[in-house]
Amino acid sequence: MSELSAVDRPNSYIGRSVPRPNAKRLLAGRGQYVDDLRLPRMVHVAFLRSPHAHARILAIDSTAAKAAPGVVRVVTGAEMAAVCTPWVGVLHHLKGLKSAPQHALAIDRACWQGEPVVAVVARTRAEAEDAVGLIEVAWEALPAAVDMEAALAAGTLVIHPELGDNLAFQREHVGGEPDSCFADPDGVVVQATFHTGRHTGVCLEGRAILADWNPAEGRLTAYHSNQAPHMMQTVFAKHLGLREGDVRVICRDVGGSYGIKVHVYPDEMATAALARMLARPVKFSADRIEGMVSDIHARDHRITARAAVTKDGTITAMEIDDLTGIGPYSVYPRTSAVEGNQVVNLCGGPYGLRGYKARTTVVFQNKTPTCQYRAVGHPIATAVTEGLVDLAAEAIGMDPAEIRRRNLLPDDGYPFRNLANLAFEGLSHHACLTKLLAMMDYEALKAERDALRAKGVYRGIGIASFIELTNPSPFMYGIGGARISAMDGATVRLDPDGSIAIASGVTEQGQGTEAMLAQIVAGAVGVDLSRVRVTTGDTETTPYGGGTWASRGAGIGGEAALQAGNALREQILVIAGAMLQAAPESLDVRGGAVVDRATGAERLALEELGRIVYFRGDTLPKDLPRELVATRHYTPKDYPFAFTNGAQASYLEVDVETGFVTLLKHWCVEDCGTVINPMLVDEQIRGGVVQGLGGALLEHCVYSPEGQLLTGSLADYLLPMAGEMPDIAVAHVETPTKESALGAKGAGEAGTAGAPAAVQNAINDALRPFGARVFAQPFTPARILTALGKI
Amino acid sequence: MRLPLTLTVNGEPVSAMVEPRTHLVDFLREALDLTGSHAGCEHGVCGACSLIVNGAMLRGCLMLAVQAEGAEVWTVEGLTESGAIAALQAAFLARNALQCGFCTPGMLVAAATLLKANPTPTREEIREGISGNYCRCTGYHAIVDAIEEASRA
Amino acid sequence: MKPAPFAYARAASLPEVFDLLDRHGESARLLAGGQSLVAALNLRLSSPGILLDINGVEALRGIGFADGVLRIGALTRHAELGADPLVARHAPLLARAVPHIAHAAIRTRGTIGGSLALADPAAELPACALALDATLVLASRGGERRVAAVDFFQGLYQTALRGDEVLAAVEIASRAGQACTLQELARRHGDYAIVGLAAQAGPPGAGVALAWFGVGGTPLRTPRAEAALVAGDLAGAQAALAGEIDPPADLHGPPALRHHLARVLLGRAAAALKGH
Repeated sequence: MSELSAVDRPNSYIGRSVPRPNAKRLLAGRGQYVDDLRLPRMVHVAFLRSPHAHARILAIDSTAAKAAPGVVRVVTGAEMAAVCTPWVGVLHHLKGLKSAPQHALAIDRACWQGEPVVAVVARTRAEAEDAVGLIEVAWEALPAAVDMEAALAAGTLVIHPELGDNLAFQREHVGGEPDSCFADPDGVVVQATFHTGRHTGVCLEGRAILADWNPAEGRLTAYHSNQAPHMMQTVFAKHLGLREGDVRVICRDVGGSYGIKVHVYPDEMATAALARMLARPVKFSADRIEGMVSDIHARDHRITARAAVTKDGTITAMEIDDLTGIGPYSVYPRTSAVEGNQVVNLCGGPYGLRGYKARTTVVFQNKTPTCQYRAVGHPIATAVTEGLVDLAAEAIGMDPAEIRRRNLLPDDGYPFRNLANLAFEGLSHHACLTKLLAMMDYEALKAERDALRAKGVYRGIGIASFIELTNPSPFMYGIGGARISAMDGATVRLDPDGSIAIASGVTEQGQGTEAMLAQIVAGAVGVDLSRVRVTTGDTETTPYGGGTWASRGAGIGGEAALQAGNALREQILVIAGAMLQAAPESLDVRGGAVVDRATGAERLALEELGRIVYFRGDTLPKDLPRELVATRHYTPKDYPFAFTNGAQASYLEVDVETGFVTLLKHWCVEDCGTVINPMLVDEQIRGGVVQGLGGALLEHCVYSPEGQLLTGSLADYLLPMAGEMPDIAVAHVETPTKESALGAKGAGEAGTAGAPAAVQNAINDALRPFGARVFAQPFTPARILTALGKI
Repeated sequence: MRLPLTLTVNGEPVSAMVEPRTHLVDFLREALDLTGSHAGCEHGVCGACSLIVNGAMLRGCLMLAVQAEGAEVWTVEGLTESGAIAALQAAFLARNALQCGFCTPGMLVAAATLLKANPTPTREEIREGISGNYCRCTGYHAIVDAIEEASRA
Repeated sequence: MKPAPFAYARAASLPEVFDLLDRHGESARLLAGGQSLVAALNLRLSSPGILLDINGVEALRGIGFADGVLRIGALTRHAELGADPLVARHAPLLARAVPHIAHAAIRTRGTIGGSLALADPAAELPACALALDATLVLASRGGERRVAAVDFFQGLYQTALRGDEVLAAVEIASRAGQACTLQELARRHGDYAIVGLAAQAGPPGAGVALAWFGVGGTPLRTPRAEAALVAGDLAGAQAALAGEIDPPADLHGPPALRHHLARVLLGRAAAALKGH
C-alpha cells in the first residue's frame, strides 16, 4: 500500500495551530499540581538546611523539635542513610569526571548553603517549620571554596579531600589546524573574555513530591513534579532498595520545569525515604526561599575566547577556554559536566572553520550545585561565538550580517561533520538568516539606528546564528551508564465508541506535548482531534520512555505516536476489510469512519466497527486478527543528535546616561524540521527567548565571598516581567529530518540558545560610537556605565 | 489559637476556624480545596495567588485569612463558574496564552482587573497591567495578544 | 515558608488600639495594609506575639482639605491616593509617585501610613513626605503630636514613632499649582528604585525640595544641591550631591553607580520642573 506522508494524509493535523486540549482545564483553575493533592494520613516535611557554605556538623539536638506540636518524626542524615543509599553523579563517557557520594541529608558536613541536613515531618507544613526552628545544630564553620577562578589554586580548600583536588572534569578538543590560522600574518585575531551569570530556572511551581509507601503492596507511589518519571522510578528503586516495578511515579500537571525538574534532589529523595520509614504519605513542596538555594543553578562560566579572521572576512579559527563552577557535587544522574562539555561541542557550530580548539575546566565550589537547565550550554556557546563574529566583523569593517553570510555553513553542504565532531544531517543557516533580515527589514532598521544616533539616541541591532541539539540518542546519557531512556513508546487504542486513547512515555509540562501527540495520532488514524485522549506521566500506564527534556518530545515521542497511529489504522483496515468484503488497501480511515480510499465514501463508522469487534465478535471470521491496540517505539539511530539551527535578532536602546537597556523588538527564525503545531512551536520559541533575555539582562545568583546567596528571594533575583519584555516575531524554515517519517526536530531550547547573544551584540552595537563593549552577563546598568567609563 | 471566620467565597457563605498565621491563599487551598489559586512565592512578588477581595485585586499571600472576615472573595473557580472571565479564558485558549498553567489563574485575575478599569488598553498598558504577575513559560507576548483580543470581543 | 504562630486582634477604634498596645507592649505589631509585614511574617523575618489589625479604625481613614491643609488618613490605600482629586490638586507629587509603587495588587492594600511607618529608605512615599514638608500626626492615648517629616525618619527603618503611638494621618500644606516631579530608576516596573528623587518646588521664587530615596539609610534632603539648583546652577547642584549622599554598595553596583545616577536624575528633575 502506498503510504501518504504524515503531513499529507487527509485528516492530518500536522502544521495546524489548534488549541491544546488540556489548556481549558488549567484556565479554569482545575490543574492538579502536586501541592494540590491530598491523601489520607498525609504529613508534611520541612528541612533544616545548612546556613553555612561549608561546615562540619558537630552535634544535632532535636529534643525540642520532637516534642513540638504536630511533629511526627525528626530524621538526621545518619538515620536517613540507613534507608536511602548515596549516589555519585558521574558518567563513563565523560572521561575523568569525578564526584563524591551525596546523601539525601548531610551527615557529617554540609557543603553548600541550603543543603538539607535534618528532616522534620509534622501534621502541617507550618508545624514542621516551627519544629525546624527548634533544632539546635552545633556547627563548626569551615573555610569555603567559593570563587571558581581560585578553585584549583594552591591554598584553596579541597572540598572532597579523597578526590585529590577540586577539578571535577576537564576536556580539551582540537579540530583542524587552529594554530596555523592564528599564526597567519595576514589575518586578524580578535579576543574577549565572556562571563555568563550563574542563574536558575525558577519554575513558578516549586519542586514538589508526594510520596506514599504502601507496606501491604510493597509499593512506593510518588506524585512528582518532574519531567522524567521513568528515570525517577529507577532512581527511587535503586536508592531505596526496591525493584523498579515496585515504584510508580506519577507526574500530573507540572508548573514549569525547563530542565530544573529532571535531576535527583536530596530533599525529594529524603521525602520518598520518609514515606518508606513512616509508611504514610509525605508531602514536600519546596517554598521559594529554599528553592532558590536548592534548585539546580546553571551557566556559571567564564570563557576566554579568540577568533582568527582574514581581511576579506573568512573566519578561520576559534579558540575557547571555558571555566565553570558546579557546586560541591556533580548532580546525579545526568552530571554537571555536560554544560561545559556542550560549550566545547557547540562553539563555532554554525560556521565552517579551518581550526577549532576548545577546553572546558569544571570545578567544585561551595555553592548550590549546577546542572542542565534549558538550552544546556547553548546560550553560553552562542554568546561566545556570536560575540567573536561581531568582533571580527568590526575588526575588518564588515557588516555583521555580511560576515555571517560569508561564513555560515552552506545550506547545500549537508550532511556535514564539523571540527567539533558534530554531525549535521541538514541545516538552513542561510535561509534562516535571509528570512530574519527580511522580517526585521535590516536595512531600514540600520538607517533608523543611524539617524537616531545622530540625535543622541543610541540603539543597537544584534544578530546571532545558532545551532541547537535536539532528539538525543543513547549517546547523550545511556552510553555513559545512566538508565535514562533515549527511546520512547506510544500506545494507541481504539475504544468501542470510536474514540482513541494514547499513552506516551514523553511528558507534558505545558509545552503542548499532549496536543502534539493528539494531533499526530488523530491524523495517522483518521479521526477528529476531539476524539483523542492522551495519558502521559505515569510509569504504570504509559510505555517506558525518557520523558521530556533536550527538546525530544515531538521528535522522538511524536514519531513513536505516528508509527503507533499508522499501525492501528492498518489493523482497523484489516478488520474493516473483512467486515466490508473489501481489500484493506482499498479502504482508509477519515473523519472517524472507514471510507473507500478512492472516492472517500463512508463505509463504516469506527464506533460501528468497535461495536462489532468488542460485542459481536462472533459475527467475524474466526481467524481474523482483532487487535485494536498498537504500540510502537522510536529511538534515533542514524545521528547522535538531530541538530537544528536558526537566527535571532535584537533591537534595543541603551540609555547611555543611566546604562539602562530598553528592549524594543526581538526576532527569531528557526528550523525544527516539520512543525506540528505552529502556534505551540512559536510559543516555545517566545518563552525560550525570554528565558534567554532574563539571563542576559536580569537574572543572577550572586554570592558573598563567604558563599552566602545574596539573591535568595524574588525581590533580589530578578525575573523577566511583562513590562520590560519586547514583542517577539517568530518564523520558520522547515528542513525535516529524514531519519523519521514525521521529520520533526526539537524547538524547545532554540529561543534560549540565541537570545543572550543577540542582546549582547545589540548592546555592543549601541555602544559602538563610544568604543565601549560588554561581555559579562547580566548586562546591568552598572556594567554598561563602567564600560562607558561613567562610573 | 484559632479564630472564627465568616466570609463569602465565590458567592457561597463560608464559616471556619483559622489560625491567625494562615494567609488567605492557604486558607482557600487547604480549608476550602480551592486549589486554583497558587502560592508561587509567598512573599508578594509572583502574583500567582492574585484574588479578587471586595472587588479589588490583591495578593492572597499578603492578606491573612482572618482579615477576610465579612469579605467577598472570588477565585478562579468562582470567576469561571460565573462566566465573568469567559471571554478572557476563550482568548487565552485560542492564543495559547498559557503553558504550564501555574500562573494562569492569577494572570486571569490581573487581566480581568485591568479590563474592568480600562476596557480598551494599548499593548503597553496591558504589559503594565500584568507586570505584577510572573509567567515563566510564555514570555508574555501571547498573554498580551490574548488580553488585547479579549478587549476587542 | 509559613509564619510562626502569633495571636491576632482587631481594633475598631483608636482607644481600642491604645488598650491593646498597653496590654501587649513590645510583642505587638500593628497591621495596616500588610504588604511588607505579611511578607516578612511569611519569611519568618518577623515574629510578633500579636498582630493588632487597625484596618477597621475609621478615624484613620479619609482624605480631607481644610484651611489650606490636606489631611490624608494613615489607612489611605495607595490606589486611593493615586485616584483622589484632592491629592491630585494639593499634593500632585503623591499622585505621581503611586504608579511607581509596586504593582496594582499591592496598591489596593498598601497604605500611606504603613509605608511611612516602615520607613523603607528605597520607598517612594517617605521621600515624598520629605519633599512635601509633610507633617505626620502621631496619636496616642495622651492625644496627638505632630512631627515634621524631616524629624520623623531617624535611621534605617527607624522613625520617631513611639511604641504607644499610631501614625494617624499625614498633613500637607497645599502645593496646588507648584511644580513637582518624581524621577526614579528601577530595574523593572514596580521594583524599588536604585535611585529615586522626589522634587517639589515651592511658590514662584521660593526654593525647591529634593528628597532622595534609595541612596542611604533614610530618605534624605540635599540642601546644598537645592540651593544651587534654585540659583540656576545645575552643574553645581550635581556636584554638591557628592558631599550630600553616601550611598552603599549593593547588588546593583558600587556607590559610584548611585552617585552617577543621582546626578543624572537631578538633571532630569530640573528639566521636568522647568518644563512644568
